Amino acid sequence: MADNETLPDAPEYDNEAAGDVDYDDDEPLDLTRENNAKIIMLGSATDDDSCASFQFENEDHTLGNALRWIIMKNPKVEFCGYSIPHPSEPKMNMRIQTYGDITAKDALIQGLADLRDLCDVVTDTFVAEKERFVTEKKQAVA
Amino acid sequence: MAPTKEELERRRIVGVEAERVSNVTSTDFPGHYPGEDYAWDLERFRKSLKIQIHKANDLDYEFDLIGVDASVANAFRRILISEVPTLAIETVFVHNNTSIVQDEVLAQRLGLVPLRGDKKGFQQLRWLKKNPDEPAAEATDFNTVVMALKVTCTRNHATPATETDPEKLYFNSSVYARDIKFTPQGRQSEWFSGAGEIRPVNPDILLAKLRPGQEVDIEMHCVLGIGQDHAKFSPVATASYRLLPSIRIKQPITGEEAEKFVNCFPKGVAEVQTDKKTGQKKAVVVNPRKDTVSREVLRHDEFKGKVELGRVRDHFIFSVESTGMYNSDELFLQAVQILKKKCVDFHEKLLDS
Repeated sequence: MADNETLPDAPEYDNEAAGDVDYDDDEPLDLTRENNAKIIMLGSATDDDSCASFQFENEDHTLGNALRWIIMKNPKVEFCGYSIPHPSEPKMNMRIQTYGDITAKDALIQGLADLRDLCDVVTDTFVAEKERFVTEKKQAVA
Repeated sequence: MAPTKEELERRRIVGVEAERVSNVTSTDFPGHYPGEDYAWDLERFRKSLKIQIHKANDLDYEFDLIGVDASVANAFRRILISEVPTLAIETVFVHNNTSIVQDEVLAQRLGLVPLRGDKKGFQQLRWLKKNPDEPAAEATDFNTVVMALKVTCTRNHATPATETDPEKLYFNSSVYARDIKFTPQGRQSEWFSGAGEIRPVNPDILLAKLRPGQEVDIEMHCVLGIGQDHAKFSPVATASYRLLPSIRIKQPITGEEAEKFVNCFPKGVAEVQTDKKTGQKKAVVVNPRKDTVSREVLRHDEFKGKVELGRVRDHFIFSVESTGMYNSDELFLQAVQILKKKCVDFHEKLLDS
Protein backbone atom coordinates (compact mmCIF):
# COMPACT_ATOMS: atom_id res chain seq x y z
CA MET A 1 0.00 0.00 0.00
CA ALA A 2 1.33 3.41 -0.90
CA ASP A 3 2.12 5.02 2.43
CA ASN A 4 0.53 8.37 2.97
CA GLU A 5 -0.28 9.02 -0.65
CA THR A 6 -4.04 8.70 -0.32
CA LEU A 7 -4.44 10.20 3.15
CA PRO A 8 -3.12 13.70 3.83
CA ASP A 9 -2.52 14.69 7.45
CA ALA A 10 -5.66 15.64 9.32
CA PRO A 11 -6.14 19.33 9.97
CA GLU A 12 -6.46 20.31 13.63
CA TYR A 13 -10.03 19.48 14.52
CA ASP A 14 -11.94 22.66 15.19
CA ASN A 15 -14.69 21.88 17.67
CA GLU A 16 -16.45 25.21 17.31
CA ALA A 17 -16.45 25.17 13.52
CA ALA A 18 -17.96 21.69 13.53
CA GLY A 19 -20.74 22.98 15.72
CA ASP A 20 -20.15 20.86 18.80
CA VAL A 21 -19.95 22.37 22.22
CA ASP A 22 -18.48 20.69 25.30
CA TYR A 23 -18.97 17.14 24.12
CA ASP A 24 -19.06 14.87 27.13
CA ASP A 25 -17.46 11.44 26.68
CA ASP A 26 -20.03 9.77 28.92
CA GLU A 27 -22.92 10.99 26.79
CA PRO A 28 -24.32 8.44 24.33
CA LEU A 29 -22.75 8.64 20.90
CA ASP A 30 -24.42 11.29 18.80
CA LEU A 31 -22.93 11.60 15.35
CA THR A 32 -25.63 13.82 13.96
CA ARG A 33 -24.51 16.84 15.93
CA GLU A 34 -24.29 19.24 13.02
CA ASN A 35 -27.62 21.00 12.64
CA ASN A 36 -28.65 20.41 9.03
CA ALA A 37 -32.35 20.71 9.73
CA LYS A 38 -34.28 22.53 7.02
CA ILE A 39 -37.85 23.64 7.40
CA ILE A 40 -39.98 26.15 5.54
CA MET A 41 -43.49 27.43 6.12
CA LEU A 42 -45.78 26.97 3.14
CA GLY A 43 -48.48 29.54 2.38
CA SER A 44 -50.84 30.28 5.25
CA ALA A 45 -54.59 30.41 4.60
CA THR A 46 -55.70 32.66 7.43
CA ASP A 47 -54.59 36.09 8.60
CA ASP A 48 -54.08 35.09 12.22
CA ASP A 49 -51.58 32.29 11.40
CA SER A 50 -53.73 29.72 13.19
CA CYS A 51 -53.43 27.45 10.15
CA ALA A 52 -50.22 26.64 8.35
CA SER A 53 -48.36 23.97 6.45
CA PHE A 54 -44.70 23.26 6.99
CA GLN A 55 -42.25 21.45 4.79
CA PHE A 56 -39.49 19.42 6.46
CA GLU A 57 -36.54 18.47 4.31
CA ASN A 58 -34.86 15.07 4.60
CA GLU A 59 -37.53 13.80 7.00
CA ASP A 60 -39.99 10.95 6.58
CA HIS A 61 -42.56 8.93 8.55
CA THR A 62 -40.04 8.52 11.37
CA LEU A 63 -40.38 12.08 12.57
CA GLY A 64 -43.64 12.82 10.75
CA ASN A 65 -45.90 10.34 12.49
CA ALA A 66 -44.39 10.78 15.96
CA LEU A 67 -44.63 14.56 15.68
CA ARG A 68 -48.19 14.37 14.34
CA TRP A 69 -49.18 12.27 17.36
CA ILE A 70 -47.68 14.61 19.94
CA ILE A 71 -49.10 17.74 18.28
CA MET A 72 -52.55 16.13 18.25
CA LYS A 73 -52.10 15.68 22.01
CA ASN A 74 -52.19 19.48 22.33
CA PRO A 75 -55.76 20.55 23.30
CA LYS A 76 -55.35 23.87 21.47
CA VAL A 77 -54.79 22.08 18.17
CA GLU A 78 -57.83 21.31 16.05
CA PHE A 79 -56.11 19.34 13.32
CA CYS A 80 -52.68 17.95 12.56
CA GLY A 81 -51.68 15.67 9.72
CA TYR A 82 -48.64 14.92 7.64
CA SER A 83 -47.93 13.61 4.19
CA ILE A 84 -45.04 12.73 1.95
CA PRO A 85 -46.12 14.29 -1.35
CA HIS A 86 -43.83 12.23 -3.54
CA PRO A 87 -41.86 9.10 -2.61
CA SER A 88 -38.74 10.12 -4.53
CA GLU A 89 -38.48 13.55 -2.95
CA PRO A 90 -37.06 13.53 0.60
CA LYS A 91 -39.68 15.95 1.87
CA MET A 92 -42.39 15.75 4.49
CA ASN A 93 -45.32 18.17 4.71
CA MET A 94 -47.18 18.83 7.93
CA ARG A 95 -50.48 20.68 8.27
CA ILE A 96 -51.44 22.23 11.59
CA GLN A 97 -54.68 24.04 12.42
CA THR A 98 -55.30 25.45 15.87
CA TYR A 99 -58.50 26.73 17.46
CA GLY A 100 -56.97 30.22 17.32
CA ASP A 101 -55.46 30.61 20.81
CA ILE A 102 -51.96 29.92 19.49
CA THR A 103 -50.34 30.08 16.07
CA ALA A 104 -49.63 26.93 14.12
CA LYS A 105 -45.91 27.64 14.44
CA ASP A 106 -46.20 27.77 18.22
CA ALA A 107 -48.01 24.43 18.19
CA LEU A 108 -45.18 22.94 16.14
CA ILE A 109 -42.52 24.37 18.46
CA GLN A 110 -44.43 22.99 21.46
CA GLY A 111 -44.74 19.59 19.79
CA LEU A 112 -41.01 19.40 19.10
CA ALA A 113 -40.24 20.33 22.71
CA ASP A 114 -42.69 17.71 24.02
CA LEU A 115 -41.23 15.00 21.81
CA ARG A 116 -37.74 15.95 22.98
CA ASP A 117 -38.85 15.61 26.62
CA LEU A 118 -40.48 12.26 25.79
CA CYS A 119 -37.15 10.98 24.47
CA ASP A 120 -35.42 11.98 27.72
CA VAL A 121 -38.00 10.08 29.76
CA VAL A 122 -37.59 6.98 27.58
CA THR A 123 -33.79 7.17 27.99
CA ASP A 124 -34.03 7.58 31.79
CA THR A 125 -36.50 4.70 32.11
CA PHE A 126 -34.42 2.41 29.91
CA VAL A 127 -31.19 3.15 31.79
CA ALA A 128 -32.90 2.59 35.16
CA GLU A 129 -34.40 -0.70 34.00
CA LYS A 130 -31.06 -1.87 32.65
CA GLU A 131 -29.42 -1.16 36.00
CA ARG A 132 -32.17 -3.02 37.80
CA PHE A 133 -31.87 -5.97 35.43
CA VAL A 134 -28.09 -6.18 35.80
CA THR A 135 -28.10 -6.03 39.62
CA GLU A 136 -30.89 -8.60 39.75
CA LYS A 137 -28.86 -10.92 37.55
CA LYS A 138 -25.76 -10.45 39.70
CA GLN A 139 -27.74 -11.29 42.84
CA ALA A 140 -29.14 -14.38 41.19
CA VAL A 141 -25.61 -15.57 40.34
CA ALA A 142 -24.27 -14.82 43.85
CA MET B 1 -67.08 11.91 33.87
CA ALA B 2 -64.47 9.21 34.27
CA PRO B 3 -64.74 6.14 32.04
CA THR B 4 -65.40 2.79 33.67
CA LYS B 5 -62.67 0.23 34.14
CA GLU B 6 -64.20 -1.99 31.46
CA GLU B 7 -64.29 0.90 29.00
CA LEU B 8 -60.62 1.70 29.62
CA GLU B 9 -59.74 -1.97 29.15
CA ARG B 10 -61.71 -2.07 25.90
CA ARG B 11 -59.81 0.94 24.55
CA ARG B 12 -56.47 -0.73 25.31
CA ILE B 13 -57.20 -3.80 23.18
CA VAL B 14 -56.99 -4.03 19.41
CA GLY B 15 -59.50 -6.75 18.55
CA VAL B 16 -58.46 -9.73 16.46
CA GLU B 17 -61.53 -11.44 15.06
CA ALA B 18 -61.80 -14.42 12.71
CA GLU B 19 -61.80 -12.37 9.51
CA ARG B 20 -61.11 -8.82 10.66
CA VAL B 21 -59.41 -6.56 13.14
CA SER B 22 -61.35 -4.03 15.17
CA ASN B 23 -60.69 -0.93 17.26
CA VAL B 24 -57.51 -0.22 15.36
CA THR B 25 -56.97 3.53 15.72
CA SER B 26 -55.70 5.14 18.91
CA THR B 27 -58.19 7.53 20.43
CA ASP B 28 -56.10 9.05 23.21
CA PHE B 29 -56.45 12.62 21.97
CA PRO B 30 -58.02 15.65 23.66
CA GLY B 31 -61.58 16.17 22.50
CA HIS B 32 -62.14 12.59 21.43
CA TYR B 33 -64.13 11.61 24.51
CA PRO B 34 -66.24 14.40 26.07
CA GLY B 35 -65.03 15.38 29.51
CA GLU B 36 -61.82 13.36 29.33
CA ASP B 37 -58.39 14.91 29.31
CA TYR B 38 -55.85 13.29 27.06
CA ALA B 39 -53.55 16.32 26.73
CA TRP B 40 -49.82 15.67 26.74
CA ASP B 41 -48.50 15.61 30.30
CA LEU B 42 -44.85 14.79 30.83
CA GLU B 43 -45.22 13.75 34.47
CA ARG B 44 -48.14 11.47 33.68
CA PHE B 45 -46.10 9.94 30.87
CA ARG B 46 -43.12 9.45 33.19
CA LYS B 47 -45.34 7.54 35.61
CA SER B 48 -47.11 5.43 33.01
CA LEU B 49 -44.08 4.50 30.88
CA LYS B 50 -42.70 1.08 31.71
CA ILE B 51 -39.76 -0.79 30.27
CA GLN B 52 -39.12 -4.42 31.17
CA ILE B 53 -36.04 -6.22 29.92
CA HIS B 54 -36.58 -9.91 29.18
CA LYS B 55 -33.43 -10.94 27.38
CA ALA B 56 -30.16 -9.02 27.59
CA ASN B 57 -27.35 -10.53 25.61
CA ASP B 58 -24.78 -8.17 24.11
CA LEU B 59 -26.07 -8.53 20.58
CA ASP B 60 -29.62 -9.67 21.27
CA TYR B 61 -32.05 -7.69 23.38
CA GLU B 62 -35.71 -8.24 24.06
CA PHE B 63 -37.65 -5.77 26.13
CA ASP B 64 -41.17 -4.52 26.61
CA LEU B 65 -41.94 -0.88 25.98
CA ILE B 66 -45.27 -0.12 27.62
CA GLY B 67 -47.20 3.13 27.51
CA VAL B 68 -46.15 4.77 24.25
CA ASP B 69 -48.09 5.21 21.05
CA ALA B 70 -47.31 3.14 17.96
CA SER B 71 -46.06 6.24 16.15
CA VAL B 72 -43.29 6.71 18.72
CA ALA B 73 -42.38 3.02 18.95
CA ASN B 74 -42.25 2.89 15.17
CA ALA B 75 -39.97 5.93 15.05
CA PHE B 76 -37.50 4.12 17.32
CA ARG B 77 -37.67 0.99 15.18
CA ARG B 78 -37.19 2.91 11.94
CA ILE B 79 -34.24 4.86 13.34
CA LEU B 80 -32.61 1.64 14.55
CA ILE B 81 -32.77 0.17 11.08
CA SER B 82 -31.90 3.15 8.93
CA GLU B 83 -30.49 6.09 10.86
CA VAL B 84 -27.97 4.94 13.44
CA PRO B 85 -24.55 5.53 11.86
CA THR B 86 -21.98 2.75 11.56
CA LEU B 87 -18.66 2.19 9.86
CA ALA B 88 -18.47 0.07 6.69
CA ILE B 89 -16.16 -0.42 3.76
CA GLU B 90 -17.20 2.11 1.13
CA THR B 91 -14.36 2.41 -1.39
CA VAL B 92 -12.27 -0.52 -2.58
CA PHE B 93 -8.96 -0.05 -4.44
CA VAL B 94 -8.04 -3.29 -6.16
CA HIS B 95 -4.27 -3.37 -6.69
CA ASN B 96 -4.33 -6.96 -7.80
CA ASN B 97 -7.03 -9.59 -7.99
CA THR B 98 -6.26 -12.78 -9.88
CA SER B 99 -8.87 -14.85 -8.03
CA ILE B 100 -11.95 -16.07 -9.89
CA VAL B 101 -14.15 -13.62 -7.98
CA GLN B 102 -14.58 -10.51 -10.11
CA ASP B 103 -13.46 -7.17 -8.65
CA GLU B 104 -16.96 -5.74 -8.35
CA VAL B 105 -18.36 -8.90 -6.76
CA LEU B 106 -15.53 -9.00 -4.25
CA ALA B 107 -16.02 -5.29 -3.50
CA GLN B 108 -19.71 -5.89 -2.81
CA ARG B 109 -18.87 -8.76 -0.46
CA LEU B 110 -16.29 -6.65 1.37
CA GLY B 111 -18.77 -3.81 1.89
CA LEU B 112 -21.20 -6.08 3.69
CA VAL B 113 -18.67 -7.28 6.30
CA PRO B 114 -19.69 -5.82 9.70
CA LEU B 115 -16.84 -4.08 11.52
CA ARG B 116 -16.17 -3.39 15.16
CA GLY B 117 -13.60 -1.56 17.25
CA ASP B 118 -13.14 0.69 20.26
CA LYS B 119 -16.48 2.42 20.87
CA LYS B 120 -14.89 5.53 22.39
CA GLY B 121 -12.71 5.68 19.30
CA PHE B 122 -15.76 5.80 17.02
CA GLN B 123 -16.84 9.00 18.78
CA GLN B 124 -13.82 10.70 17.22
CA LEU B 125 -14.99 9.92 13.71
CA ARG B 126 -16.89 12.45 11.60
CA TRP B 127 -18.89 12.23 8.39
CA LEU B 128 -16.93 12.20 5.19
CA LYS B 129 -18.33 14.94 2.98
CA LYS B 130 -18.24 13.51 -0.49
CA ASN B 131 -16.75 15.56 -3.25
CA PRO B 132 -17.58 13.95 -6.60
CA ASP B 133 -14.76 15.77 -8.40
CA GLU B 134 -11.99 14.58 -6.11
CA PRO B 135 -13.14 11.45 -4.25
CA ALA B 136 -10.05 11.13 -2.05
CA ALA B 137 -9.46 14.82 -1.39
CA GLU B 138 -11.49 15.08 1.80
CA ALA B 139 -10.23 11.90 3.44
CA THR B 140 -8.53 12.41 6.82
CA ASP B 141 -7.96 10.23 9.86
CA PHE B 142 -11.16 11.76 11.30
CA ASN B 143 -13.43 10.38 8.60
CA THR B 144 -11.72 7.48 6.83
CA VAL B 145 -10.42 4.17 8.14
CA VAL B 146 -8.04 2.24 5.93
CA MET B 147 -8.02 -1.54 5.83
CA ALA B 148 -5.82 -3.81 3.78
CA LEU B 149 -6.33 -7.31 2.39
CA LYS B 150 -3.30 -9.04 0.92
CA VAL B 151 -3.41 -12.81 0.52
CA THR B 152 -1.43 -15.03 -1.85
CA CYS B 153 -2.11 -18.73 -2.32
CA THR B 154 0.84 -21.13 -2.54
CA ARG B 155 1.30 -24.88 -2.82
CA ASN B 156 2.14 -26.90 0.29
CA HIS B 157 4.88 -29.27 -0.84
CA ALA B 158 4.83 -31.21 2.43
CA THR B 159 1.53 -32.96 1.63
CA PRO B 160 1.48 -36.51 0.21
CA ALA B 161 0.53 -36.96 -3.46
CA THR B 162 -2.74 -38.66 -2.49
CA GLU B 163 -4.03 -35.63 -0.58
CA THR B 164 -7.17 -34.05 -2.10
CA ASP B 165 -8.24 -31.51 0.52
CA PRO B 166 -7.46 -28.00 -0.78
CA GLU B 167 -7.12 -26.71 2.79
CA LYS B 168 -4.14 -29.03 3.26
CA LEU B 169 -2.77 -28.95 -0.29
CA TYR B 170 -2.42 -25.18 -0.42
CA PHE B 171 -1.64 -22.30 1.92
CA ASN B 172 -4.31 -19.58 1.95
CA SER B 173 -6.76 -21.46 -0.25
CA SER B 174 -9.55 -19.39 1.31
CA VAL B 175 -9.69 -15.67 2.05
CA TYR B 176 -11.58 -14.94 5.26
CA ALA B 177 -12.77 -11.72 6.87
CA ARG B 178 -10.03 -12.15 9.49
CA ASP B 179 -7.44 -11.45 6.78
CA ILE B 180 -8.68 -7.84 6.56
CA LYS B 181 -6.06 -5.85 8.47
CA PHE B 182 -6.51 -2.43 10.01
CA THR B 183 -3.98 0.16 8.81
CA PRO B 184 -4.19 3.03 11.32
CA GLN B 185 -3.70 6.55 9.95
CA GLY B 186 -2.63 9.54 12.03
CA ARG B 187 -4.20 9.49 15.49
CA GLN B 188 -6.25 6.38 14.76
CA SER B 189 -3.50 4.28 16.38
CA GLU B 190 -4.38 6.03 19.70
CA TRP B 191 -8.15 5.66 19.33
CA PHE B 192 -8.18 2.06 18.14
CA SER B 193 -5.32 0.25 19.87
CA GLY B 194 -4.92 -3.29 21.19
CA ALA B 195 -8.30 -4.96 21.70
CA GLY B 196 -10.01 -1.86 20.30
CA GLU B 197 -8.50 -2.34 16.87
CA ILE B 198 -10.97 -2.08 14.01
CA ARG B 199 -11.67 -5.59 12.77
CA PRO B 200 -14.51 -7.68 11.32
CA VAL B 201 -17.10 -8.78 13.89
CA ASN B 202 -17.18 -12.29 12.44
CA PRO B 203 -13.66 -13.47 11.50
CA ASP B 204 -14.91 -16.54 9.63
CA ILE B 205 -16.79 -14.94 6.74
CA LEU B 206 -15.52 -16.52 3.52
CA LEU B 207 -14.69 -13.77 1.00
CA ALA B 208 -13.03 -15.65 -1.87
CA LYS B 209 -11.24 -18.90 -2.73
CA LEU B 210 -7.75 -19.01 -4.20
CA ARG B 211 -5.54 -21.55 -5.95
CA PRO B 212 -1.72 -21.51 -6.15
CA GLY B 213 -0.45 -18.46 -7.98
CA GLN B 214 -3.59 -16.41 -7.37
CA GLU B 215 -3.60 -13.41 -5.08
CA VAL B 216 -5.76 -10.55 -3.87
CA ASP B 217 -4.17 -7.24 -2.88
CA ILE B 218 -6.77 -4.69 -1.91
CA GLU B 219 -6.91 -1.40 -0.03
CA MET B 220 -10.24 -0.42 1.48
CA HIS B 221 -11.55 2.88 2.81
CA CYS B 222 -14.27 2.68 5.45
CA VAL B 223 -16.55 5.63 6.22
CA LEU B 224 -19.51 6.36 8.46
CA GLY B 225 -22.90 5.94 6.88
CA ILE B 226 -26.54 5.18 7.66
CA GLY B 227 -28.80 2.33 6.65
CA GLN B 228 -30.94 4.70 4.59
CA ASP B 229 -27.99 5.07 2.22
CA HIS B 230 -27.01 1.40 2.02
CA ALA B 231 -28.07 -1.65 4.03
CA LYS B 232 -24.42 -2.40 4.88
CA PHE B 233 -24.51 0.59 7.25
CA SER B 234 -27.54 -0.74 9.14
CA PRO B 235 -26.39 -1.54 12.70
CA VAL B 236 -29.07 -4.18 13.24
CA ALA B 237 -29.82 -7.54 11.71
CA THR B 238 -33.42 -7.07 12.81
CA ALA B 239 -35.14 -4.49 14.93
CA SER B 240 -38.80 -5.29 15.29
CA TYR B 241 -41.71 -5.14 17.67
CA ARG B 242 -44.97 -6.99 18.14
CA LEU B 243 -47.93 -6.13 20.31
CA LEU B 244 -48.58 -8.25 23.39
CA PRO B 245 -51.36 -10.74 22.59
CA SER B 246 -54.40 -10.76 24.85
CA ILE B 247 -56.81 -13.68 25.32
CA ARG B 248 -59.98 -12.98 27.25
CA ILE B 249 -62.21 -15.84 28.32
CA LYS B 250 -65.72 -14.39 28.65
CA GLN B 251 -67.51 -17.57 29.79
CA PRO B 252 -65.88 -20.48 31.63
CA ILE B 253 -64.62 -23.24 29.34
CA THR B 254 -64.88 -26.56 31.18
CA GLY B 255 -64.55 -30.32 30.84
CA GLU B 256 -63.58 -31.82 27.44
CA GLU B 257 -63.74 -28.39 25.84
CA ALA B 258 -61.03 -27.09 28.16
CA GLU B 259 -58.59 -29.65 26.78
CA LYS B 260 -59.46 -28.68 23.22
CA PHE B 261 -59.14 -24.97 24.07
CA VAL B 262 -55.63 -25.42 25.43
CA ASN B 263 -54.61 -27.31 22.29
CA CYS B 264 -55.64 -24.34 20.13
CA PHE B 265 -52.64 -22.37 21.44
CA PRO B 266 -48.88 -22.89 21.43
CA LYS B 267 -47.43 -24.71 24.45
CA GLY B 268 -47.51 -22.70 27.65
CA VAL B 269 -50.16 -20.15 26.65
CA ALA B 270 -53.16 -21.80 28.35
CA GLU B 271 -53.58 -24.74 30.67
CA VAL B 272 -56.28 -26.92 32.21
CA GLN B 273 -56.75 -26.47 35.94
CA THR B 274 -58.75 -28.88 38.08
CA ASP B 275 -60.88 -27.48 40.88
CA LYS B 276 -59.81 -29.24 44.10
CA LYS B 277 -63.31 -29.32 45.62
CA THR B 278 -65.52 -30.14 42.66
CA GLY B 279 -62.91 -31.87 40.49
CA GLN B 280 -64.10 -29.88 37.50
CA LYS B 281 -61.66 -29.08 34.70
CA LYS B 282 -61.37 -25.46 33.58
CA ALA B 283 -59.24 -23.69 30.96
CA VAL B 284 -57.18 -20.69 32.08
CA VAL B 285 -54.80 -18.42 30.20
CA VAL B 286 -51.36 -18.44 31.85
CA ASN B 287 -48.99 -16.71 29.43
CA PRO B 288 -50.49 -14.83 26.46
CA ARG B 289 -46.99 -13.53 25.60
CA LYS B 290 -46.16 -16.89 24.04
CA ASP B 291 -49.20 -16.80 21.76
CA THR B 292 -48.77 -16.35 18.02
CA VAL B 293 -52.38 -15.12 17.59
CA SER B 294 -53.03 -17.84 15.03
CA ARG B 295 -56.81 -17.48 15.65
CA GLU B 296 -57.18 -21.28 15.65
CA VAL B 297 -59.54 -20.98 18.64
CA LEU B 298 -61.98 -18.90 16.55
CA ARG B 299 -62.43 -21.73 14.04
CA HIS B 300 -64.33 -23.92 16.50
CA ASP B 301 -68.03 -23.33 17.06
CA GLU B 302 -68.01 -24.49 20.68
CA PHE B 303 -65.90 -21.46 21.68
CA LYS B 304 -68.13 -18.96 19.88
CA GLY B 305 -68.80 -15.98 22.14
CA LYS B 306 -66.69 -17.46 24.91
CA VAL B 307 -63.31 -16.06 23.96
CA GLU B 308 -61.99 -12.77 22.61
CA LEU B 309 -58.57 -12.44 21.01
CA GLY B 310 -56.70 -9.17 20.74
CA ARG B 311 -53.48 -7.32 21.19
CA VAL B 312 -52.59 -4.68 23.75
CA ARG B 313 -52.36 -1.38 21.89
CA ASP B 314 -49.54 0.23 23.88
CA HIS B 315 -47.50 -2.83 24.87
CA PHE B 316 -44.60 -3.29 22.44
CA ILE B 317 -42.35 -6.34 22.65
CA PHE B 318 -39.18 -4.98 21.09
CA SER B 319 -36.46 -7.19 19.75
CA VAL B 320 -33.13 -5.64 18.72
CA GLU B 321 -30.47 -7.85 17.20
CA SER B 322 -27.19 -6.03 16.57
CA THR B 323 -24.69 -6.87 13.84
CA GLY B 324 -21.87 -6.23 16.29
CA MET B 325 -20.53 -2.68 16.08
CA TYR B 326 -22.58 -1.65 19.12
CA ASN B 327 -24.43 -3.70 21.70
CA SER B 328 -28.19 -3.82 21.30
CA ASP B 329 -28.90 -1.70 24.39
CA GLU B 330 -26.51 1.00 23.20
CA LEU B 331 -28.25 0.98 19.84
CA PHE B 332 -31.67 1.59 21.35
CA LEU B 333 -30.36 4.47 23.45
CA GLN B 334 -28.71 5.94 20.37
CA ALA B 335 -31.96 5.66 18.44
CA VAL B 336 -33.75 7.64 21.17
CA GLN B 337 -30.96 10.23 21.08
CA ILE B 338 -31.27 10.56 17.32
CA LEU B 339 -35.02 11.21 17.53
CA LYS B 340 -34.31 13.77 20.25
CA LYS B 341 -31.64 15.37 18.09
CA LYS B 342 -34.11 15.76 15.23
CA CYS B 343 -36.52 17.56 17.57
CA VAL B 344 -33.80 19.79 19.06
CA ASP B 345 -32.52 20.78 15.62
CA PHE B 346 -35.92 21.74 14.21
CA HIS B 347 -36.80 23.45 17.49
CA GLU B 348 -33.68 25.61 17.23
CA LYS B 349 -34.31 26.41 13.56
CA LEU B 350 -37.90 27.47 14.25
CA LEU B 351 -36.95 29.64 17.21
CA ASP B 352 -34.27 31.35 15.09
CA SER B 353 -36.56 31.99 12.13
